[in-house]
Amino acid sequence: MSQKAVSRRNFIKGVIAGGVAVSSAAYLFRSSPLLSGQAARTGGVERLLALTVNGQTRRVDVAPQETLASTLRYKLGLTGTKLGCDRAECGACTVLVDDVPRYACSVLTHAVRTKRIQTIEGLAAADGTLHPVQQGVVDEQGFQCAFCMSGFIMATVGYLKKHPNPTREELAHGVSGNLCRCQDYDKILTALHRGAELSRGVARG
Amino acid sequence: MAIVHDVIPPFQLFQPASVDEALDLLDARGQEAWVLAGGMDSFDWLKDRTKRTSVVVELGQVAELQGIRENAGGLEIGAMTTLTDVAEHAGIRERFSLLAEAAGLVASPQIRNQGTLGGNVSQDARCWYYRRGWHCYRAGGNICYADTPTAVNREHAILGADRCVAVNPSDTAPALIALDAQMVIRRKGAERVVQATDYFRGPDIDITRMTVLEPGELLTAIRIPATWAGARFYFEKVRDRQVWDFPLVNVASALKADGGRIADARIAVGAVAARPLRLQAVERAIAGRPMNDETAAMAGEMAIQGAVPLRHNAYKVPLLRNLVRRAVRGGPPGATT
Ligand SMILES: Cc1cc2nc3c(=O)[nH]c(=O)nc-3n(C[C@H](O)[C@H](O)[C@H](O)COP(=O)(O)OP(=O)(O)OC[C@H]3O[C@@H](n4cnc5c(N)ncnc54)[C@H](O)[C@@H]3O)c2cc1C
Repeated sequence: MSQKAVSRRNFIKGVIAGGVAVSSAAYLFRSSPLLSGQAARTGGVERLLALTVNGQTRRVDVAPQETLASTLRYKLGLTGTKLGCDRAECGACTVLVDDVPRYACSVLTHAVRTKRIQTIEGLAAADGTLHPVQQGVVDEQGFQCAFCMSGFIMATVGYLKKHPNPTREELAHGVSGNLCRCQDYDKILTALHRGAELSRGVARG
Repeated sequence: MAIVHDVIPPFQLFQPASVDEALDLLDARGQEAWVLAGGMDSFDWLKDRTKRTSVVVELGQVAELQGIRENAGGLEIGAMTTLTDVAEHAGIRERFSLLAEAAGLVASPQIRNQGTLGGNVSQDARCWYYRRGWHCYRAGGNICYADTPTAVNREHAILGADRCVAVNPSDTAPALIALDAQMVIRRKGAERVVQATDYFRGPDIDITRMTVLEPGELLTAIRIPATWAGARFYFEKVRDRQVWDFPLVNVASALKADGGRIADARIAVGAVAARPLRLQAVERAIAGRPMNDETAAMAGEMAIQGAVPLRHNAYKVPLLRNLVRRAVRGGPPGATT
């Protein structure tokens, strides 16, 4: 029994010392039983993925059980995607997968390995010009603490792809999968609706 | 609030490219394998560590499980079709709007964008004692924590409880039952087709499972026969918030009229029992009667016969009665948006 425990510890030390891939995952898999299980298992999917994120191909080592939110935040450094509840109940982690809003906390990264992923970091143009929905938020100052903001913006961008000309009420329904703990919904909707207008090229009123 | 763990415990992941490949995997690893569709039910279990698995078979790469096809005058919906695709599909909206409506009222837009029809009808109970890992009947133990004098059981069953008082929370299930849908189930080398009503299991038959699916089996498609195309439909879901929340009670009905009389009817209700219930006695009683308030009131009274509320869910009895009444009377739904 104790022999087993010792050898597992040694094994983990060995793994941690062993490779860049694992050390980049050290934050993620810091608890030792997970780490040993992680490293010891073989079979199933190939871990090295070439993900398409914000128009770039990102090569990344992804554990089979890893969620997209974890990969984006902890492997690719894209921390604009927030983790609120981690249970598909708040919307802060909303990103676009093939243009469709999804909760990144509740998607296995491997399940979207062939898809186009877009996060808040990928919205602005290369020259820094903000996306119209971002501009609408800046113009109207819709958010208070703004922890939920990137989720709301991504949900709106996704919704507008299918419904480019929503009423305020339709837009409210479109972003109903996102919560704001500051209860700032009225101003958020005004900002997002302004973003919808800007997306259609409606000039400032 | 759940303790938030930052990583799901490790498992081996398989992403088969075809149904046959998936069935081979399940045949080899059936007892330990967890079938993953959209994961909107599964991830909670795995993150909370209340259920664990060493092997996950993810179906997202299997093209033949996706999409909606014409089939013998009706439609066949691949089990992996998302709830959004079901809710927005022109053919479903035109001929079986009941199902489009039910699918469109599930959870939130993002969940509908990922959650599948197959997963929605195969989802587990939401009783929080069970979901938090209490060793209850459904988890293989010998007590129901939701049915004690101090239990919090506002969302639980009023009909047909047998030891376990959890309900089946699916919104699409009553709609599929009312449409006489058929569930296509495959295992390696075999296929069986069961009526939607018979797909769901109560605790009297198997207290640890919600459906007839056995290890090694996949639900591959759901067939909607032409039978009820264009009938008079009614769907209503009552929930606390108008987004995210599971039904407190939902009702689905399909009625065919014959000169002001009800020629034939299907009525199914959800979130009142361990399985979605088809109200066959009510269907029989209203057949041939005029489509009016009196018939509707009778249907409502019949629906609640035998109801046994728990400490905190007596409100479900009049709610069920009134929803069934409205489902027969027709008209615009009340609380749903
Ligand atoms: C916050 C939240 C709110 C929700 N609100 C609602 C609501 O209001 N109404 C409602 O009805 N649901 C609701 N749900 C549940 C969710 O919509 C359903 O669980 C979802 O449709 C399940 O589909 P999935 O593909 O994501 O399932 P998964 O989690 O992938 O699968 C669910 C179960 O079915 C099994 N399974 C899935 N597909 C197959 C198949 N083809 N063959 C065999 N087994 C299969 C899986 O093994 C698993 O046990 C909610 C969920 C969350 C997280």
